Amino acid sequence: MQAHLIEFITVGFGLLLLMYEAFSKSNKSQIGLVAAAGLAVILVMLFCPAPSCCGVPAWMERFYTDNHIARFYKMIAVSSTILVLLMAVDFRKVLDRFTAGDEQGSGTGEFYCLPVFACAGLMWMASATDLVSVFVSLELVTITFYVMVAYMRRNVGSLEAGVKYLILGALSTGFLVYGIAWLYGAMGTTDISEFSRIIGEKSYNPNYLLFGIALILIALGFKVGAVPMQLWIPDVYQGAPTPITAYLSVASKAAGFIVLITIIEPFLNADTALGTSVISILAIMAGATLLYGNLAAIPQTNFKRLLAYSSIAHAGFLLMGIASGAFIEVSFYLGTYLLMTFAAFFILALVRSEEESDEIDAFDGLASRNPMLALALTIAMAALAGIPLTAGFWGKFFMFQSALIAGLSWWLIAIAFIGVAAGFYYYLKVVRAMYWHSPKNNTAGPLVVPTITRLVLILLTAAILVLGIYPQPVMDLLGK
Amino acid sequence: MLLVLILIPLLAAIGILGGLPARLTAIIAALANILVATFTLSCTACSHGFSLEVLSDPQINLSLGLTGISAVMLILSVIVTLAAVYSGKCPDGREKLWYSSTLFIAAGAIGAFLSTDVFFFYAFHELALIPTFLMIGILGTGDRKEAAWKITIYLAFGSIILLVGLLMVTLNTGSFAFSDLKAVHASDQNTVALLLIIGFGTLVSLFPLHSWAAPAYASAPTPVAMLHAGVMKKFGLYGLLVIGMKVAPDGMLHWLPWICVLLLGNIIWVGLVTVNQKRLDLMLGNSSVMHMGYIFLAIAALSANAENTIAEPAAVLLMFAHGISIAMLFSLSSLIEKKTGTLEISQLGGLAKNAPALAFLFGLAGMASIGLPGLANFAGEVMVFFAGFADWKPGEDLGWVQITTIIALWGVVISAVYMLRAYRSTFQGPVVKSTESADDIHYCEKIPAYILAAILLIVGVYPKIILQFVSN
Repeated sequence: MQAHLIEFITVGFGLLLLMYEAFSKSNKSQIGLVAAAGLAVILVMLFCPAPSCCGVPAWMERFYTDNHIARFYKMIAVSSTILVLLMAVDFRKVLDRFTAGDEQGSGTGEFYCLPVFACAGLMWMASATDLVSVFVSLELVTITFYVMVAYMRRNVGSLEAGVKYLILGALSTGFLVYGIAWLYGAMGTTDISEFSRIIGEKSYNPNYLLFGIALILIALGFKVGAVPMQLWIPDVYQGAPTPITAYLSVASKAAGFIVLITIIEPFLNADTALGTSVISILAIMAGATLLYGNLAAIPQTNFKRLLAYSSIAHAGFLLMGIASGAFIEVSFYLGTYLLMTFAAFFILALVRSEEESDEIDAFDGLASRNPMLALALTIAMAALAGIPLTAGFWGKFFMFQSALIAGLSWWLIAIAFIGVAAGFYYYLKVVRAMYWHSPKNNTAGPLVVPTITRLVLILLTAAILVLGIYPQPVMDLLGK
Repeated sequence: MLLVLILIPLLAAIGILGGLPARLTAIIAALANILVATFTLSCTACSHGFSLEVLSDPQINLSLGLTGISAVMLILSVIVTLAAVYSGKCPDGREKLWYSSTLFIAAGAIGAFLSTDVFFFYAFHELALIPTFLMIGILGTGDRKEAAWKITIYLAFGSIILLVGLLMVTLNTGSFAFSDLKAVHASDQNTVALLLIIGFGTLVSLFPLHSWAAPAYASAPTPVAMLHAGVMKKFGLYGLLVIGMKVAPDGMLHWLPWICVLLLGNIIWVGLVTVNQKRLDLMLGNSSVMHMGYIFLAIAALSANAENTIAEPAAVLLMFAHGISIAMLFSLSSLIEKKTGTLEISQLGGLAKNAPALAFLFGLAGMASIGLPGLANFAGEVMVFFAGFADWKPGEDLGWVQITTIIALWGVVISAVYMLRAYRSTFQGPVVKSTESADDIHYCEKIPAYILAAILLIVGVYPKIILQFVSN
């Protein structure tokens, strides 16, 4: 099978789902399960290597590439979409309430179809090698997200989040198009694979080029949640339906990073003043993002907002890796980030459904209500904080290692270490609430975990611990 | 065999979480570990290394091995673990957490000391810290939340600084294996040494980064206090001896004056703080911080001259002796609290009348910790002081280490003051309200104390039993 067909299959599957949704009379959340099952098949297909006989057809080659890293990001996209769909199935109680129409569950069907289209866009982003295909795939994702963020239409928070995301998203799209225009003007082509040759020949205007790169960095900063485009994150994360928040936080961020890697790689490798300037822009962005994310996370009392700031902080670590040119390590980090973030969001979605609150004090005494759930969240938090023998530690470890190897300036490394120290504080705040405090509502009985959430959590925490001791399998997937 | 030493407590802890009888499983695991450790140390064929690649680039292996110092630390760990699972009073219904955490800490400590790969050396230590934080926060006494928070923040901070230092080392040597460690590039020497001193120093409660230790030990559940003060705290010293000295000898020499001043802060400043303590557990916690100063003195002597042949054995012997004696003191002080209901020194008195065995054992451990000849700590402290003067020839000017040694000698007086005073007001004098109904410790409670006391005596009389591991 030709590599690019996998995106076509995904889009086709999404269309089929929409038809099924329109004509089926059954419970709408079943569509979520069907979608997840279909994507699971696509995930398996991603693990089969494309036979060399039939790669990408010639007319696609300019727009599309198929390699280890692209495959890895597609796996991230598909697995996070599956997880989002599963989370949405257990989240339907909240969803129903804020979308309620004439009959029970009506109007929630599309919620289970839209992620499939977003997934196709995310997968294409991983393979895009032309500024035009980058733009088209990125817009497919962004527009789908506009709908999903504002999906709980009877909830003011969700609507507010939708408007904020729409306005800032449109602004960043503007930046992106403008940046692409400048880049095209400077380089004379939108084909990214041509960039290194043009840079080598020095046949470009460096000022135009740098301006274009800066605009693109700002636009992608919106996607990955980096300073100076990070302001939307806390509000949108808090307002959006929890599964979509998780989706934004993992898949959308990962796709932003693969696009960043694709576009920035030729410039970083250029051993010229140009490469140095790009690295310093990235380093400054990383430093500011690390400071903003980590310091602003410290006083948070709302778990969802805490995870929003933590997502900004992680973007800072990842940008530090990008600035050091450690693309494989950045991809590894994103893979492990998926595991721990989804574990945290699954538990958050569950507590949100049961307690009607995202505040950290809703987790008070969780250890006495459901010890295994508390243990799972402890492992997720430990991994996010980067405690050794969890998968999260390797990510941070690689970031620091590559920063030291690349010889990034010491102030950035120092800021990153302050960030890790701050992370210990704010992530363990949740652990403290679960174990040290007693439940606010003393009559609260044990918390029952639905089957899907339980299975997913067992899988995710096991993966966090196993990869914490034995990370090689992920590196194998990345071809290192 | 080495892997078994880590797996026994680890699997036992998981088993306890899964429903095995907690106390029995923990005791069997601790005993089994002592047997396996004895067996491993006695037959050279079984102590060969173990290695499993977990990452190919950069190459990181889960590799275990026994070097001289790690053998001593292994003995210390298994002994204190056994005493720790016997000690303290577990609150009803929390047996799972209590015993599994104790075993997790033990597994982490043993793993850290056996690792011969920088990554796992670091990672196992962190594995031991998490249950420590949880145990203090959940099952501690007194100001448990504040104490747990403080130790978490301090040790996390120390670990991160340490991580930068270790990363710089591994990037310099290009390998994570202990066997490949060599002196780092001259321009990195001072930075690496500074990072390692601050990082390891925080974990060892080097002045002025020591203020987490006493409150944490005072509110920690007894087994945690025993394992952390007795075993885990030696991790930093072990790291400085095994890694620091090897990779940054010039850097350590560069920072020697600072090390000397800070270790005097431990010995004299914290010593005086200890004299002022009103509670027995806080006094023991502070005294353990103070005694770290002597071990740092040996490290300072080694920094001043890497050829100093007494310094390393002196440090190792004192680490061992201090680990045993402080664990014994924490175990006994929890018994005092159990019998009398208080640890306020002013509310205790005349306990020796009703509990002579307890008084004898506490006296023995207390005397050991202040360096009474014939007990293990004395041998260690004397060797440290000798190490301080090993390089000095009569007629030469006194160097940093020599001056520090002379001042540090006053620490012996200070510790005699606080320990003897505490002993007098706890065990002697008239029987007071809290002690009149106290009964003596019974057979079962004596076991851990007698094991530890016997070791203090044996090592005190015949220190070679420990020194044989490091003298070659």
